[in-house]
Amino acid sequence: MIRLLSVRLLQAILVMVAVTAIAFVMFRFVGDPVASMVREGATQAEKDAVRVALGLDKPVLAQFVNFLGQVVTGDLGTSYRYQQPVTSLLLSRLPATLELVIVATVLALSLGIPLGVLCALKPHAFFSRLTQSATLVGISMPTFVTGLLLILIFAVNLRWLPSSGRGDLVDIGLWQTGFLSLSGLKSLILPSITLALFQLTLIMRLVRSEMIDVLSSDYIRFAFARGLPRTYIYGQLALRNALMPVVTVTGLQIGQLIAFAIVTETVFQWPGMGLLFTNAVGYPDVPVLAAYLLFVGFLFVMINMIVDILYTFIDPRLRTR
Amino acid sequence: MATQSLMRRLPPVSVVIASLVLAIMLILVIFAPLIAPMDPRDVASYSLMDMEIPPVFMEGGDSRFLLGTDNQGRDLVSVILFGLRISVVIGLGAVVFAAMLGVVLGLIAGFFGGMVDGIVMRVADIFVSFPTILVALLISGIARAQLSADAMLAWAPLVLIFSIAINEWVQYARTVRASTMVEIARDYVRAAKVIGLPSPRIMARHILPNIMSSVMVIATINLAGAILTEATLSFLGAGMPPTYPSLGTLIRIGNQFLFSGLWWIAVMPATVLVILVLAVNVIGDYLRDHFNPKLMAT
Amino acid sequence: MKTSIKTLLAGLALLTPLSAPAFAETLRWASSGDVISYDPNAQVDSFTQSVHHMVFDPLVRRNKDLKLEPALATSWEVIEPKRWRFKLRQGVKFHEGQPFNADDVVATIQRQIDPGARNRENLSTVVGVEKVDDYTVDLILRGPYPLLLNDLAAIYIMSKPWMEEHDALKPGNASTGVVTYASNHANGTGAFKLKSYEPDSRSVFEVNKEWWDKPQHNLDEVEFRPIASDATRVAALMSGEVDMIAPVPLQDIDRIAATDGLKVVENPSLRTIFFVFSYRPELHATPGQPNPLRDVRVRQALWQAIDTNTIQKRLMRGKSRTAGMLVAPAVTGYDEDIDVPLPYDVAKAKALLAEAGYPDGFKTGLACPNDRYIADEQICLAVASMWAQIGVQANVSVESKTTYFPRTDKGEFDIYLLGWASLPPMDGFSPLQALLATNDGTFGGSNADGLSNPEIDKLAYAASTELDEAKRIEDLKQAFRITHDEVLYLPLHQQPVAWAMSSKVDMPQFPDEYVRPWFAQIRK
Repeated sequence: MIRLLSVRLLQAILVMVAVTAIAFVMFRFVGDPVASMVREGATQAEKDAVRVALGLDKPVLAQFVNFLGQVVTGDLGTSYRYQQPVTSLLLSRLPATLELVIVATVLALSLGIPLGVLCALKPHAFFSRLTQSATLVGISMPTFVTGLLLILIFAVNLRWLPSSGRGDLVDIGLWQTGFLSLSGLKSLILPSITLALFQLTLIMRLVRSEMIDVLSSDYIRFAFARGLPRTYIYGQLALRNALMPVVTVTGLQIGQLIAFAIVTETVFQWPGMGLLFTNAVGYPDVPVLAAYLLFVGFLFVMINMIVDILYTFIDPRLRTR
Repeated sequence: MATQSLMRRLPPVSVVIASLVLAIMLILVIFAPLIAPMDPRDVASYSLMDMEIPPVFMEGGDSRFLLGTDNQGRDLVSVILFGLRISVVIGLGAVVFAAMLGVVLGLIAGFFGGMVDGIVMRVADIFVSFPTILVALLISGIARAQLSADAMLAWAPLVLIFSIAINEWVQYARTVRASTMVEIARDYVRAAKVIGLPSPRIMARHILPNIMSSVMVIATINLAGAILTEATLSFLGAGMPPTYPSLGTLIRIGNQFLFSGLWWIAVMPATVLVILVLAVNVIGDYLRDHFNPKLMAT
Repeated sequence: MKTSIKTLLAGLALLTPLSAPAFAETLRWASSGDVISYDPNAQVDSFTQSVHHMVFDPLVRRNKDLKLEPALATSWEVIEPKRWRFKLRQGVKFHEGQPFNADDVVATIQRQIDPGARNRENLSTVVGVEKVDDYTVDLILRGPYPLLLNDLAAIYIMSKPWMEEHDALKPGNASTGVVTYASNHANGTGAFKLKSYEPDSRSVFEVNKEWWDKPQHNLDEVEFRPIASDATRVAALMSGEVDMIAPVPLQDIDRIAATDGLKVVENPSLRTIFFVFSYRPELHATPGQPNPLRDVRVRQALWQAIDTNTIQKRLMRGKSRTAGMLVAPAVTGYDEDIDVPLPYDVAKAKALLAEAGYPDGFKTGLACPNDRYIADEQICLAVASMWAQIGVQANVSVESKTTYFPRTDKGEFDIYLLGWASLPPMDGFSPLQALLATNDGTFGGSNADGLSNPEIDKLAYAASTELDEAKRIEDLKQAFRITHDEVLYLPLHQQPVAWAMSSKVDMPQFPDEYVRPWFAQIRK
């Protein structure tokens, strides 16, 4: 067991080193920040001075070693655009993205699971078929089209909800939340629906197919044969078993959601990490881009590792591998 | 019982319609240069005098422009046809590239096992550590900074195909590796090895045919995703350039005019995109349920 | 669990009332970009500087007619060509209560000319500052320099004790990794105080009741929000989330103007849009062949082949001002006799090309950004199709400003689109020095494509030290006359500045595109 854990840990570290290298290589070539940093009509000498100050005149390898050293000490540099340490910049945007992702996940689960169960229990009912077709349309709509449609209908035409931003925020320690003000809650609605839609479809389909599988298994048939109440069979026996993979997939999907939030945050000008990233691409704010990539890489590696380890606890067969 | 209900779930009518729609779109795509009233890449063929004309069915429409014109005076029918062509080519290209890469690496990993397997699968782990959209954004960003604008024009579709496919091959590789490990234990493969057939030949002749059906199903499901990813990249401005637009680029351009009353510039290409992806999804869904209900699109 | 509930309750206790505070007048406005930093010396972004002006005052400022007038300095005199003496305003207080005096000016100027200041070139001729008494300072110049006041109008005075208290005497600088308290806090003497700043989200300002000047506005609070996407910004105005947006996309002007309760204000801006020619021996499009653009007749032909009228009417929707020279009327050095575009005449253009030895035209590259100027990409495509009429085959390449401007610096284009606003000095010397003069390491910083005209160089160096304003302006005009006659650049138009706002808001508009809420009125 300890051996397995240490192997996984070593792998995770290796992956992170590779990610760091990729992050560095990629960002040295994303574009030249110097042009965005000098004034209109700057002389060549001014531009060169900025280049030297940024260390961009040094050989690539020297730059990489420098970068690695920074990453290890947790200092990811200073944003070219915001003039703030990148680490604190990313952390200050974390609440916005997390609140959005959490609300979207809750939405997706609370709608996806009942709908999936319904479609599994009554596959031929009109409502089930309608839901099935609707989810197909749902996954066929690009996120940005959904978002624009929602803005057009609910913000511009009906004027019920704000089209962009987070509304009024309340500070709880270092965390800025939009949950505690009316405008903050209203601002959450459209972006979280947009973000939830894709995941909702995924969860619904997963629950449906798992339920169908479980319902055809022997112990459920046996339970029916014994005459146990239907609500007990469906609710306690079937659903509980069908939900196991849903939990895993939802966990794995949280990382995916944070990435997908890039698009949603851009459409709704939601000031989270995704918007930070798209704005950084346009500048290009290289330290922010690198830090974001490292952050997402780290998140994915952690989630994958935790899921792997949990599996070995749940499924003893994997322990002997 | 479960399989029966699954098969009955999607009435074949929808699949037939989807196939028909897809077939028509493919014909349009192949013959786009012949069908389209104008070539949107030829700057001399359109004029500012024709800009922002609404579709024919609206007041102020012009019979020359069935779906109206965009902000440069380009005929929307033509730009959409060419845009559809690019979207389909990039989607197919990305899927084929990813499938080939994934199948080859999966075969190698499964066939040789041991060290080779370990390396390939760890590399795969690194790639799935990043969401497709993020990787694609980065790669196309680097390409745009490194290539001259002229070169980018010529290379943009290939860059997009590469940046979408580079993340998607893992799924094929994992599936193929698993199937290969099953096949390799069978007697006929062992026999082939014993009589000294070269490894590439065993893989190509004996193992590959048995895993093709799963690969095809994954490919169809991924095609929809690849087209959407391309559209999203282009919408974010990291995809096809405006002088050579895909459907996503057209929606991005049209988005600027969405609230200006010029809705058709965005809505027309968006509708075509959704219909295309929906058709592919309907077919993919059907194939999955039919051939391999256990495959998940994760 | 218990602790987390406690923190939540503590948060709730601190919570400001959920409903909007009972301020009389709040102006909520949105723009496409955000403030980069609140440190005046840590960036060179003209939009950021415009927002800073709400919080900070310079020594001299621009009034409603954009003429220079006293602000924190009440008077000044040139004691000797290299020494200017400024008398400072008395009784002024910073937002946090510190009294304003000569020490603040000295500290600010020293911070401004610090080698680590990103914008130190905005005051490049000043080499030193001396305190004479509590309300008098001397600025020491490198040499005689006519544009000092223009430069000073963009230098915002900070408080010395405040900088000392927060260890911010040195400017923040992203390239050296120096971050100061001043990056996201501000303490000025201006008409508004910075109340809160959330990057990419919003900045909130409240009125400074103890401002030294008589307010010409009736605002109590200003809320600024950056909304990058054109469509989303328009949606925010239409749905009533903001009172004003600047800029408003051209295509939305008519619809917004026709909407009840909204209005559009528009004027030509200072920003002139023009084409830059390559003067290298060869074009990238046709390696191995001599560059046709070095022939003045070819450049004239290209100008005469552009149907400026159609571009103005259709592309710019009648909102732009067709231009014949590189600076706008409000900029010093402008001359309406020079500001005459060559007439649109395809036959004449063809004849000129034939005369120059290109009867069948030639091939060239034509580059544009697609996210920097109004309708930039459309302009390129339109001009390419116009040039096609005289046989000039222009290969259009379009890309984002991120990759575009580095390429312009490296001279990778044959012909490309550029805009120049001559800000902050609002003086014709800006394009003369940066665009027209030969690139010699000091001048010609944005002239990367080999343009070199000895006569213009002479005028540029003469104008840089000429203290006689009339003679200096004549030098500028002479340089612009040569530029026009030789078609060294091909001017198209001044792009419009258009803002949309609720009809309750009265906000004067300026060609330098600064939003100046201290001149704003909101009607009940």
